[in-house]
Parts: sequence; structure tokens; C-alpha cells
Amino acid sequence: MHVRTTRGLALVAVAAAAALALSGCAGSAAPKSGDGASVDFKTVKSAKDAGGLEALVAAAEKEGALNVIALPHDWANYGEIIAAFKAKYPKIKMNEITPDASSSEEIKAAEANKGTDQAPDVFDLGATVALASTDYFAPYKVATWADVPDTLKDADGLYVADIGGYVSVGYDSAKYPEPKSLDDLLKPEYKGAVALNGDPMKAGAAIAAVGWASVQSGGTLDDFTPGIDFFAKLNKAGNFVKVQATTATIVQGETPVVINWDYLNATATEKVPTWKTVILPGKGYAGYYFQAINVDAPHPAAARLWQEFLYTDEAQNMWLKGGARPSRGEAMAKAGTIDKALYEKLPAAPTDAVLPTKEQSKKAGETITEKWAAAVQ
Amino acid sequence: MKSAATIAPGRGYRWVVGIVLGAVFAVPIFSMIEFTLRDPTGGYSLNHWLALGDSGLASQTGPIWEGLGNSVVMTIVTVAVMLFIVTPTILLVTLRFPKLRRPLEFIALLPVSVPAIALVVGLAPVYLAISRTFGTGVWSLGLAYGVIALPYAYRAIQASVDATDVKTLAEAARTLGASWPNIFLRVLVPNLRQGLMAASLLTTAVVFGEYTYAALLVRQNLQTALVVVGQQDPFTGVAFSLLSLFGAFLLLYFISRVGSAGSAGTTRRSTKRKVRVA
Amino acid sequence: MTTDTITRRGAGLTKARPRGRGLPFAPALGLLPFAIYITVFLGIPAVLAVLSGFQTKRGAFTLNNLGVFTDPKVLATFGSTIWLAAVAAIIGAILGVLICLALLGLPATSRVRTFTNAATSVLAQFGGVTLAFAFIATVGRTGLLTQFLDNTLGINIVENGVWLYSLGGLVLPYVYFSTPLMVITFMPALAALKPQWAEANLALGGTRLGFWRHIGIPVLAPSFFASLLLLFAGAFSAYATAAALVSQGAPIVPIGIENALTSESVLGRAGIAGVYATGMILVVVVVMFAYARIQQRAERWQR
Repeated sequence: MHVRTTRGLALVAVAAAAALALSGCAGSAAPKSGDGASVDFKTVKSAKDAGGLEALVAAAEKEGALNVIALPHDWANYGEIIAAFKAKYPKIKMNEITPDASSSEEIKAAEANKGTDQAPDVFDLGATVALASTDYFAPYKVATWADVPDTLKDADGLYVADIGGYVSVGYDSAKYPEPKSLDDLLKPEYKGAVALNGDPMKAGAAIAAVGWASVQSGGTLDDFTPGIDFFAKLNKAGNFVKVQATTATIVQGETPVVINWDYLNATATEKVPTWKTVILPGKGYAGYYFQAINVDAPHPAAARLWQEFLYTDEAQNMWLKGGARPSRGEAMAKAGTIDKALYEKLPAAPTDAVLPTKEQSKKAGETITEKWAAAVQ
Repeated sequence: MKSAATIAPGRGYRWVVGIVLGAVFAVPIFSMIEFTLRDPTGGYSLNHWLALGDSGLASQTGPIWEGLGNSVVMTIVTVAVMLFIVTPTILLVTLRFPKLRRPLEFIALLPVSVPAIALVVGLAPVYLAISRTFGTGVWSLGLAYGVIALPYAYRAIQASVDATDVKTLAEAARTLGASWPNIFLRVLVPNLRQGLMAASLLTTAVVFGEYTYAALLVRQNLQTALVVVGQQDPFTGVAFSLLSLFGAFLLLYFISRVGSAGSAGTTRRSTKRKVRVA
Repeated sequence: MTTDTITRRGAGLTKARPRGRGLPFAPALGLLPFAIYITVFLGIPAVLAVLSGFQTKRGAFTLNNLGVFTDPKVLATFGSTIWLAAVAAIIGAILGVLICLALLGLPATSRVRTFTNAATSVLAQFGGVTLAFAFIATVGRTGLLTQFLDNTLGINIVENGVWLYSLGGLVLPYVYFSTPLMVITFMPALAALKPQWAEANLALGGTRLGFWRHIGIPVLAPSFFASLLLLFAGAFSAYATAAALVSQGAPIVPIGIENALTSESVLGRAGIAGVYATGMILVVVVVMFAYARIQQRAERWQR
């Protein structure tokens, strides 16, 4: 499935519609009823329900803590966002659980700590896991809910996209020429240089890279084999590095060319000034992360306040600063509240981008499981 | 101790091994240090280390102190498990149930042979029950760390048990009328102090270096804090890793100096007492 | 030593007294705390982990996941994991013994011994991403040692790709944490060799080599094999370092388990992790049996 797009989120979002529609109906898990007059924040579906944002703030401060999970500080500028939240609500102690957890580990942590004050309050999940885990989510709609394109959120408020981006190639321009096409990466000048952000069997960013290579080589998302074949060729040419690319390996110089989400590649520029991020011409590959509130959140009001905060203009612009495309971006651009300089600095979106459906993701997983290990050996 | 030299290889051998293997093991650490000294503008400088003291960063290194405190609490619990549960069991098996030795050895090896990530799947329900009954304090994770440290601690303790003829010692003390607690505390423990010391050091090192359990069971410790801080900046991350390695080293060095001096003292005293009892 | 005096004085009486005075089951009660502890923190988790391999997503019993063992790729992965662990353990054990021997002549309370104790304890637990990075920065493509060798001796060790990022290359970091472990676990046994034996040997006209052949090695063999086994098991299950260095294609079983459990791209493979874990336990059981045989032999040798 692919769609013509001009720029930004809204148009790719059309493609997301099918993916999200397939996620099944949004059954909210049994909420406990509040004790009489006081509001039970576990069931609050919007700030209005809570009696306004101030009431929500008061309740969250009374809870005094917020457990967030899997928010790496170098990921889409989360470090600054977390610091800003801490500064704005100093009475809420922020527990950062396992910042390098994968999306499935987030759900596991919720299960393993269910009913304790250690459970994560909010999730930040890749699409595959988000669509498969709706039983764990509590519905909630932030004040700026309407700004997020319908196709990037669950109609009942179980989950909503936070940021998105495209698969890109990051490279150290001081040492390597700019790749103009996928096949350029097979050239001898990239010997021992090209790395991925993890194993596609495990990491969302890596399987996206394989999907991207598939569509770039003329394939479709129904079959990731062309992408796997590309990496097999890359490996055979001696250009593929099997070490996992991290900011540290980029700074150290071990992974000078990395295929990754554009906003993750953009982060490295801060540490390596000559680091450049390009989205290759031809078909693009889009991906989104989603916010959701844990239905068993130990700090339900703080969880909801965090959501409200993330979808303020302030936080959305911070994501933008991290090179990511925030889900309210289009609306904010229209309203003129977006940081224009940053918005224009984003690499131009591909004119034609694809996003896998739930079925395509599943099939891609099977193909990768079967063929990846042999391809890169 | 002079006579130990009769078995030990000569001084020259010691120097060769010390220099060659010492160098080999120092190189990766040195590479990390070199990395932290790299200046973004080229060349070397102390800038990354000086930046650690910046106030801006100081606010972000808060998790490290909290994690460190938690790790210390867990270490105390884990070492207690080793000394008060594992050690008596090893002695008891050696003295009274020699047939259980191989099963015990297998049990003690099991934790190291299954990747922590697989074991933690089964541990999660156990901890859910613990959290609901006893709360979510970090101390409880020390109990699970006892299992991770068991293979190492067991080997260290068993080796010194094997080297000491505990059976003869215990029987001798017994015939002289000593009670079992006395035998454990005054006869066996002083003779096993090297093994117990090694076990405690290893246990401490295990707890300070553990990441997987803490991460998946959602407790903050030193390693999880290092990951949080390391993500701000790779230089900071490597610098803090070096600091934590060096800090752990100093801690263990200090413990073993105090420990060996202290226990050497008590041994002398207690053996004297033993003579009087005898 | 006073303990020797006690031993000698008490020896005559030992046989006369019945071994277990008091309640016959009292000593067994002493095993109870450990039994409870190990059941809760190892038994139950291990059983649950293994069982997870035999359950469908809905919790029903299934043997389907065992099907992975008919896949030659999976068996090859087990094979290479065993190979890696064995090589790392053997090299680590040899280097460890060399270091132990060097420390032997020093008193237990000497600074060098204390220094080594502390350093080996820390290094034995030094692993994960940081250790991986230390090696990347040393023998990676742009590593310190790589560049040094290239600049001074003109040797390019990364001409045909970086060895560190292959299965064989993993031996390096694995030896790095195995060797200190050997030092820690083997040193107590070596230190307990009685100098008197050596003196007796020399007094009776034996040579130093003869001492090692007839006394030292037979006495130390059980401890050596036990430590070797520990090194093997530790290397067999290590994964964080390997995952950072060879992050593609899960070349060893523990990475396969980690992928199956934490994947955000391929869901629903938790059962695979369970049967992999079962397979790993089986490997260790087999190795344990082989080890028990060797130990029996070693003990006979001691007599």
C-alpha cells in the first residue's frame, strides 16, 4: 500500500488509516468506580471529565510521582521534554524506568508490575506492539486531540500517534560522499561502513530499514524479500557492519553510515557536526510511535497530565527540535504556533511514502525470521 | 609464608605475567579513557571530564546517586543471603550430606547457565507477589541477586571448604564439646575466611554490575541509572562507566583490606580461645 | 597451627562418638532455609521459564515450539554457542591459572593480592554494552589498537572486515570476563596447597616438577574443572556484550532468546524463548554429567 504525498504527516496518514482500522474495536478495560464525590482518575477520559486542567494538575501533584518507560533521552529530544516536565511540575517525581526498553518490554513491565506502584503509567510504543496491546490501554483524549489527524489515533482515545518520521541514511560527510540511491551503498567507498540500529528480528527501526530497502528496490510491503536480498548483497560486498549503531559508535567513528529513522539520525549531528541525514529519492517508508496510558496506571492523574503536556505546543516543538515530526505538526503549522525554522529544517519528506498494515507487518516478521540470519551470515 | 615460595614459580615469572597480562587487560580500559579525552574539535582535552562537574549536568546525574544508594542496599541483602543461607548450607552438605554435593553444585550452576533475560520471565510473577505483600522496596531485589551471585559465591566458598579439612576440624571440635553454632563461627568460619571474602567481593561486584533484572523488574540501580545518564551524551556515559568501574574497584579493595586485616585479627584471637577451651 | 593441634588431639576420639547427637532430623532442618530460598527465587522462575516454551498464547499445553529443534539453523546456533563458550572458557582458564600461579608466592594480605582480588571481581562482572564499546574502541575499524598497528607496523587487522563483529571475535571480550573469574574461583584452591607438602617432597628428594605432577595437579584438578565448568556456563549464557557487537542474525542462542522475548518487530515468539531456555538447560545438564564423571576420576586420582 502506498500513497502520493506532498509533505509531512497528514497525507501519509491516509495510509495509516487502514493500519489503525485493523486494530480491532477499542474495548476499554473495566474501570473501577470512584468513591463517591472524588473523581476516579483511572476512568477519566479527558481533562474536562477531571474538572479541568487545574484539577488534573492538583490530583497529579497529590499522587506525587509518574513512571515513564522506554524514553531514551537521545530519542526525539525526550531528554529536554522530561526535563521541562520536571521543571513545570516539580512536585511530581519522575521515575524513568528502563529507558532503553523495547516496545514489548514496556507491555511486559506493565504485566510484571501490575497493581504495584512500580508499574509504568504511560507507554510510548511502536505501531506493531501498540496495535496488538490495546487491552492494556485506558482511553483518554488530550485537549488538543482534534489537531491529530483522525488516521493517526484511535477513535476512542486508546492510543494516539506522538511522532513520526521516515527511514533515512545518516552519514559522516567529512569521510563519505552523499549516497544518491540505495545502490550507491553497495559501492566500495562504503566498505565496512553501513550499519543498522539493531537487528530487524528485534528492533522496529531495523525492520523498517529492510522494508525501506524493499520498496526502494522496486518491491512492495507485501514481501520484504527484496530488502533482505539487498542487505545480503551489502554484506557480501563487505559494506555491512554488524555492530549495533548507537550515538557512541557514531561519535567513535565505527558506524559512519547508518540507516535509521530520520529523527534518530538527526540527533547525531549535535555530537558529530559533519553528520548529515538524507532521505533518498524514490519511495519512502514512514513510521510512527504511539502514546497510550496504562489501564492499571499507579498514578492515573499524573499519567493523564503527562499526555496533556506532550500535546502542548511547547512539547510538540521540542519533539520537532529532536528532528521528529510531531503528530500535531500540520495543525500547528496552520495555526502558526509551530517553530517555523525547525519545521523547515526537517529533511524534505519523500513524495511517495508507504506504511505497512498490521497484516504486512506480521508477514514481514515471518519473512525476516526465516531469512535474515542466513542473509547476513 | 616463606615456604609458599617453594611451590610458587619465581619472581621473574611473576613480573612477566604481571606485565604482559596486566597490559592486555588494561588496553580496553585505556581505550575507553582515550575516548573520553577526545575533544570534538580534534586533539585531546579534559573537557568531557570537566563538564561532569557542570551544574547543568549535575541535575541530570541525580539518578546515579539514587541508583548507587539502591545498589548498596541490595548488596547488603545479597551478601547476607550468601553468608547466612548459602554458607551454612554448603558446610552442612559437606559435613552431613555428602551425597547432596553434586545436586547442590548443579543448583548453584543453574542460574549462570540460563540467560538472565529468560529467568526473569519466570521471576516476574514471583516479584509481583512479593511487591503486593511486602511492598516494592529495592531491598527485595537483593534476594533475586543472591541467585545470580550464587554460582560465583558457591565456587569461591566450596573451593575453600575443599581446601580446608572441615570434616576433621568439625569432628575434632565436636569431640571437644563445642556446640554447632560455635563450630561454625569459631572453627570453620575463620578457616574459610579467604573463600568467604572472595564470595562477598564477587557478590558485591555482581550486584553493582547487574542490569537485566533491575530493568525488567522495574527497580532503579546503578546500572539502570548509568544507562539513563549515558544517553544524554556518549562521552558522559563512558566517563561514568569508567567512574563506576573504578569506584567498585576502590570499594572492593577497601573491603578486602579491612576484611583481611580484621579477620586475620579475629582468627588469631579465636584460635587462642579455642586453645583455652581445649 | 593451633587448628592442627586440635585435629591431632581430637583424632583419637572421633570414631568413638556417635556422629549425630540429638534429633536425627535436626541437621536436615538446617537445609530448609536454602531449600525455600532456592525454590522461590530459582526453582519457580526456572520452571515457569521452561513451561513458557510449552504453552500456546492462550495458556494451553503444546509441543509445537519444540519444532524449532528440527531446524538445522537452530541446531547450528546451539553448536556455535557451545563452541564459543568452550573456547572462551578454556582460554580464560589457562590465563587464569597463569595469573594464580604468579600470585601464589605472595602472602594473602599483600597489596598485590588485594589489588588483584578487587580488580578481578570488578572485571569478572564487567560486561554488557560498555564492555562491547571498550572493545569497539580498541580493535574496531577505527579502534586504538587497530590504528596503532596500522601506523607503526603497517599491519591492517581490519582489511577483511572487523573480526570483532564475528562469532570468533566474540572470544576476545568473553575471555576478558572469563579470565578474572578463573582467578577468583581458582585462587582459593591453589592458595590452599600446603607448602609443607612441597617441603616434604623436596626433603624426600623430589623435584619441583615432580611435585606438580604427583601432588599439585592431582589435588587441584577437581577445583580446576569446577571453575572451568563455571566459566563455560557463564560464557554460554552471556548475551548483552554479544548483542551489541554482532547485532545481526542472532548467531548465539542467548541473543535468540532475547530477540524472541523483546522483539518489537516480530511478536508472539515468547514460546520459542522458552524452548531455547530449555535447550540451554539441557546442554548444561549434559555438561554437568560429563563434569561429574571427570570429577569422579579426579577424586580417584587423588587417593
